[in-house]
Amino acid sequence: MGIFKKFFEKLKYTFKRTELNDDFYDELEALLVSSDMGVETALDIMDELRDVCKQKLIKDIDHAQIQLKQLLIEKLNAQEIKFNYPLIITVVGVNGVGKTTTIAKMTKYFTKNKKSVLLAAGDTFRAAATEQLSNWADKLKVKIIKQGEGADSASVVFDAITSMKAKNVDVLIVDTAGRLHTKTNLMKELEKINNVARREYSNANFLNLIVLDASIGQNSIAQVKAFKDSVNIDGIVLTKLDGTAKGGVVYPIINDLKVPIIFTGFGEGVDDLAPFDANSFVEKILM
Amino acid sequence: MALFSNLGERLNHIFSKMTKHGKLTSLEIKEAMREIRVALLEADVNYVVAKDFINKVSELALGEDILKSLTPTQQVIKIVRDQLTELMGGENQKLNVSPKPPTIIMMCGLQGSGKTTLCGKLALKLKKEGKKPILVACDIYRPAAIDQLKVLGKSIQIEVFERGTNNPVKTCKEAIDYANKFALDTLIIDTAGRLQIDEKLMDELKDIKKAINPTEILLVIDAMIGQEAVSVSKAFNDALDVSGVVLTKIDGDTRGGAALSIRSVIGKPIKFVGVGEKLTDLEPFYPDRMASRILGMGDVLTLIDKAQEAVDEKTAKEMERKFRENSFDLNDYIEQVNSLKKMGGLKSVLSMMPGIGGKMKQLENMIDEKALEKNKAIIQSMTAKERQNPDIINGSRRQRIAKGAGVQVSDVNNLLKQFNQSKELMKMMKNPKAYGGKMAMIKKLMGG
Repeated sequence: MGIFKKFFEKLKYTFKRTELNDDFYDELEALLVSSDMGVETALDIMDELRDVCKQKLIKDIDHAQIQLKQLLIEKLNAQEIKFNYPLIITVVGVNGVGKTTTIAKMTKYFTKNKKSVLLAAGDTFRAAATEQLSNWADKLKVKIIKQGEGADSASVVFDAITSMKAKNVDVLIVDTAGRLHTKTNLMKELEKINNVARREYSNANFLNLIVLDASIGQNSIAQVKAFKDSVNIDGIVLTKLDGTAKGGVVYPIINDLKVPIIFTGFGEGVDDLAPFDANSFVEKILM
Repeated sequence: MALFSNLGERLNHIFSKMTKHGKLTSLEIKEAMREIRVALLEADVNYVVAKDFINKVSELALGEDILKSLTPTQQVIKIVRDQLTELMGGENQKLNVSPKPPTIIMMCGLQGSGKTTLCGKLALKLKKEGKKPILVACDIYRPAAIDQLKVLGKSIQIEVFERGTNNPVKTCKEAIDYANKFALDTLIIDTAGRLQIDEKLMDELKDIKKAINPTEILLVIDAMIGQEAVSVSKAFNDALDVSGVVLTKIDGDTRGGAALSIRSVIGKPIKFVGVGEKLTDLEPFYPDRMASRILGMGDVLTLIDKAQEAVDEKTAKEMERKFRENSFDLNDYIEQVNSLKKMGGLKSVLSMMPGIGGKMKQLENMIDEKALEKNKAIIQSMTAKERQNPDIINGSRRQRIAKGAGVQVSDVNNLLKQFNQSKELMKMMKNPKAYGGKMAMIKKLMGG
């Protein structure tokens, strides 16, 4: 709570503002836009806050802040996160968002919860991607299915599912090549991976997770849209929240594209991943 | 807002209700600037940077004469673009070279910004320029980062110096000795990605800088970065006094407002942009193109400039006359094809049009540059009379022309059909002046 007060304290003590006047809303706009939620979303939220305050006859900052926080949490539409097994998670995202590290963290998360995990090195495109994932597999003591650089990633997935079924593995996590979402041929490859997985293991549960970098701006929206055009996207893993970036861009993604956040990442260590917590996410935005 | 897909349309809408000529008034400017501010924020320009920029441009625009050839919308966009271009640093800036070899180039930036790939791209570029570069692997934290650099190095036949996970300062010093010994003139040092608030890792960069005094410290930033651009670039610059910036991943559909934020905050030149996944995909930074991109207007303005260069004034005047009199003939059609070629071909012209850039992949299959060449051959197989008056081309003439150009008669038919269609189109464009003289010129160029 102490951190949450920062923005409002600044308003109250530095700017000596206690009323909800235009100056207050200007400051609020700066705060919201600075979180990368986009100017349209920010204006919407401000309008809603105005309405709520008017309705509830709120005229001071202290009460407005409670309403604002509530509004920001509601808009995240967070649901309780539950996983069903056997589970096949395909991890997608553009280059450099932290896919491989996220896979390592998810592996740790599931093994900690007493689930067996298998990795599939489906990024056969980037130099040394397989090595990077293999290093993690060694460290985390899980098995990894891989082929050489330039191999067909769908065939890696095929092998992995065969092994998964044979050994009754709970969770298969598939790494895929990072791609700028404007590259259509790589998007096709993704569709193929999905088709192979569903065909080979129709009883499994499938989750396609997109990894988003919290420091990226409005382009994250375009990324989710583009991936959604070729495969179903079930959720977001929002990484790099350990920096000063707030990742507010998830607001338009959640509200317009209806894709929820599943996990958040906040560091390079394998334990730096947690199921999404709306409360702490909003507190950071209000810092 | 959704009604108008780009800034130009939104501004047009505002100005349609107002005076068309004279001076820009403060009310017009205020309304226009509101839209421009939204455009900047949507392009991820930092909130504070956008605010300052708008204030500055509003002052400049007030009382500005509207040039005869431009509409008020174009005038405002021109002022904004010129300011954006100036702010992002007029001339393109080259890499610094040490007077006494080796030149040392050090990379720094956040995780995932594309440093390692950039090292490979830069090494390849320098090698092509006749330099003898060596890559130095100092990312000792990310698993397989050294492997990645080695794979890259191998693919472009450039040596990679590495000492495993040894202290990077020590590795750099040894690399310099190695370069001196084997007469390698440029060291490119890959460092680990780090958060700007990670003091320990920021200190490591300072230590490397102190120990080896790099000729060039390049801050590598993902062009898609959001509001964070300011705090990230400021922190790296405060710690290292970087000498330049490289924006990566500009080949996506990001508007790249970060370029303006970074430049405004640290004032360092953007030297290169990464435009693709291939190691040859590295280009110099063009502030004017970036300005148009940030405004979400493609490179319409660059296109105007290019059109101006490609078509000399006299030809343009002549074309305009023919256009008016509707006496445009097949000779002019060839002229158009040639102009298009001077502008870098139809593909390049299209890629600069707003809203098309990102869709180029799909378009590429549809555009057949060869067809243009084919048409040229067909026209060249015609007599002077036929070119001036295509209406006389009957069946037997068509057969002769097809034979001469080595094509089917149906190809000749298609060309004539296209030509007649574009003539019709030109007739329909009743008021070219409404778009300003320059736009009319482009329309003509695109007419074929």
